[in-house]
Amino acid sequence: MSKISVKDLNLFYGDFQALKNITLNIEEKKVTALIGPSGCGKSTFLRSLNRMNDLIDGVKIKGDLKLEEQDIYQKDVDVVALRRRVGMVFQKPNPFPKSIYENVAYGPRRYGIKTRKQLDEIVEKSLKKAALWEEVKDRLSKSALGLSGGQQQRLCIARALAMEPEVLLMDEPTSALDPIATAKIEELIVELKKEYTIVIVTHSMQQAARISDETAFFLMGEVVEVDTTQKIFTKPRDKRTEDYVTGRFG
Amino acid sequence: MRNQFVRQLNDLNIKLLKMGAMVQEIIEVAVKALTTQNLELARKVYELDDDIDNIELEIELECMNLIALQQPMAKDLRVIGTVLKIITDLERMGDHAVNIAKVVLEIGEEPFVKPLIDIPKMAKLAQAMVKKSLDAFMNADIELAREVANDDEAVDEIYEKIYTELINKMIAENTIVKQATNLIFIGRYLERIADHATNIGERVIFIETGENIEIN
Repeated sequence: MSKISVKDLNLFYGDFQALKNITLNIEEKKVTALIGPSGCGKSTFLRSLNRMNDLIDGVKIKGDLKLEEQDIYQKDVDVVALRRRVGMVFQKPNPFPKSIYENVAYGPRRYGIKTRKQLDEIVEKSLKKAALWEEVKDRLSKSALGLSGGQQQRLCIARALAMEPEVLLMDEPTSALDPIATAKIEELIVELKKEYTIVIVTHSMQQAARISDETAFFLMGEVVEVDTTQKIFTKPRDKRTEDYVTGRFG
Repeated sequence: MRNQFVRQLNDLNIKLLKMGAMVQEIIEVAVKALTTQNLELARKVYELDDDIDNIELEIELECMNLIALQQPMAKDLRVIGTVLKIITDLERMGDHAVNIAKVVLEIGEEPFVKPLIDIPKMAKLAQAMVKKSLDAFMNADIELAREVANDDEAVDEIYEKIYTELINKMIAENTIVKQATNLIFIGRYLERIADHATNIGERVIFIETGENIEIN
């Protein structure tokens, strides 16, 4: 079932058209990888899924983008509520300069959860889901900045999960991490798809191959091909996809 | 562009074709040893087989290295995976040539129980199939690969004929059982060589289309 359906999406940064007629369905509780060379539009597309592009001056967007039945670019859409449903994890871990506990409790607290007991529960549950609980449970009041890069990134995932999103967007979430931390995040992503719909932008084709169910290949603002990951990496239909995944591109 | 990888893949193809040429040679020598009852040639087959076993290991190792170091995808992966399978087919053909040589040594200089007509014919067909399958690989020629499968039927037919003829001969004349059985074996080895060539044909189709098909 499609969690997100995109039809004829066009996006302009001023005069520059960054996305051209994108039609793409994101399946529920699956991992969808977006691959393609730098500047192909994959991060722009990812950011359009929770309207993060709204923050950039001069952006114009046309087309249909539905989260389930809701057209997310309708005027009356509450963008903050949308971003609760569609959470995001960025390339570089960006914890707040606060305690580990406060990083996770921050969002729920802002949304009105005040009792310590409830917050404790959310923090523990989110850290467990992010496979970080065992490593930090004895130092929740310590600064998040004292964690390793990989731990910080899992903390950011926990922070996103604390808002109980339905979709998790990840923009190259392991590009700043070493192979061991990367493997942990990858394991986590596979685990998380049981409950969440995940869309990940990655420059590592091996990573896309390892963890995703569906892969979309972007090139110069267009989706060249979208199919099961197995198909994309073993027998893509389009010559340009074949050239890209076999490293003969450019 | 991955120039180094493309070069390594090219080298792998060349090495596979070299192994193919070695296998064609060993079959040729084994068949010649049989038809001319040349024991010297039969012994040479054993030496040639050692070289084939060595090059098989070399190619296998190269495939493993390419997979580990270059992470091939899509068609590149199909080529490497297929090369790994083709070398097994080629190596088996070499073994069958050795089996033929073994029979030649066993028959020795004893006269044949009947003039060899169908066996050389069958050998010629099987050898042509081996060549065709390797040409199909080299030129990525799907049509030629399919032809190999058609030729296999003719080989099977001759084998059936040889089998029936020799069985009947044995029933009529029991002193020839040993040699006639050996000749049936030779028919069987040639028939297997043709089957391995068919496998190679099927794999060439897989590389080009990504479809795994059983053409025979």
